Amino acid sequence: MSTEEREKQNSSERQTRRAVSDRRVEGVTQPIAPAVEAARQVELTINGQAVEAWEGMTLLQAAQSVGISIPTLCHHKELSTYGACRLCSVEVIRGRRSRIVASCIYPVEDGIEVLTESEKVAKHRKIILELIQARWPWVDKELLEKYGAQPGRFEEKTDFCILCGLCVRYCTEVKKANCLGFVGRGAERQIVIYPERAIEMCPTCEGGNMGCRSVCPTGTMPNEFAHTGPRFGKKLPLAYPVKSYSEDNVREVLHTVGDWRMPWVRSQTMPGK
Amino acid sequence: MEQQDLSKVDEIIDKYESNSESLIQILLDVQNEYRWLSRPILSQVCERLDIPMTHAYHIATFYKHFSLLPQGRHPISVCLGTACHVRGATRLLDRVVQAIGIEPGQTTPDEKFTLNTVNCLGCCALGPALVVDGEYRSNLNAKELADIVASAD
Ligand code: SF4
Ligand code: SF4
Ligand code: FES
Ligand code: FES
Repeated sequence: MSTEEREKQNSSERQTRRAVSDRRVEGVTQPIAPAVEAARQVELTINGQAVEAWEGMTLLQAAQSVGISIPTLCHHKELSTYGACRLCSVEVIRGRRSRIVASCIYPVEDGIEVLTESEKVAKHRKIILELIQARWPWVDKELLEKYGAQPGRFEEKTDFCILCGLCVRYCTEVKKANCLGFVGRGAERQIVIYPERAIEMCPTCEGGNMGCRSVCPTGTMPNEFAHTGPRFGKKLPLAYPVKSYSEDNVREVLHTVGDWRMPWVRSQTMPGK
Repeated sequence: MEQQDLSKVDEIIDKYESNSESLIQILLDVQNEYRWLSRPILSQVCERLDIPMTHAYHIATFYKHFSLLPQGRHPISVCLGTACHVRGATRLLDRVVQAIGIEPGQTTPDEKFTLNTVNCLGCCALGPALVVDGEYRSNLNAKELADIVASAD
């Protein structure tokens, strides 16, 4: 290869790279980096608008890159995606098939048509908002009104946690502290803190500001964890509820994680010991 | 409780080449071996797989199959279903409670027995029925129960 040829190749490479990085700053609401610099381009339409994206991007990212906003709850751009709340649902149409997908995890595809505010989407979001509202009554009013969500359709559980898992992911992925986790399943599912770790990690977390509080969308994370409550004396429970400290709930958590050293649990599993 | 021997945990994890993606399978195997997942067992699993405890408890508390509370070597299930009920299931249950000294849902401190109640064992003709160590037994009297307790290891 002649010097000239090599120079030409290098310069065209540079150009492609520049094109890619230019696009990164063009009118985007959040930095979007294609997974690989030379990722394949994908063309789709969002609300009728032609959008160019890269393979590996999510529908949410593609929409945001052209300034279309989609409501989200369990999504955080610095954390892994979880796809739990479904508030970000959009309608994806390919040919004659249409379906509802969670835009924060659904990857862009060539030739699909995405509708972020169709009738189908609105119906979906309304139900999701009503479900969230049953756990956390202070959902954004504008959102509720926009989709006509009504309170009281689902049974209320006022522990003010919508199980979005943001706090867990934040503590695990950003802080690498591993103090928070899910336990149980179904209606019993909840977020718990592991006091042994927490005592070590939380006091210095973000200069005493508890990082997980800043990501909790409900704003109801306690400003200190009640896990060292006097009822346990010096002994730390294995896990402790993050939001609902009723005696019944504490008991349930201890039971769920099988902390049979705790007197309540022991009396239920082993007699008189 | 005395120190648990965790060597079997290590063996199982070796079998799966310490692959944390096999966590569920590993926990299933470990539970088969130890009957329940104690805290030291789960700590060992986490350490060997290099995963946080939070993750292990997430999985272990999600699947009903896993038991995080002590389970006895000899599970006893007393039927309180309708058919057994009318044939005296509560009296049978009382006799069992007398014989092994624990209430339903409990495990004896020596981890010999775990007592539970169920809602029909599917052998209503035997009622009042119970299952001990997988064996269906009909209307056991105090003497028969005492024999079971004495012969259990
Ligand atoms: S305050 Fe504690 S639980 Fe919350 S993110 Fe920090 S280390 Fe994790
Ligand atoms: S405590 Fe907050 S951040 Fe954590 S799961 Fe519940 S709502 Fe989400
Ligand atoms: S934001 Fe997409 S599922 Fe929650
Ligand atoms: S009711 Fe007891 S076996 Fe059916």
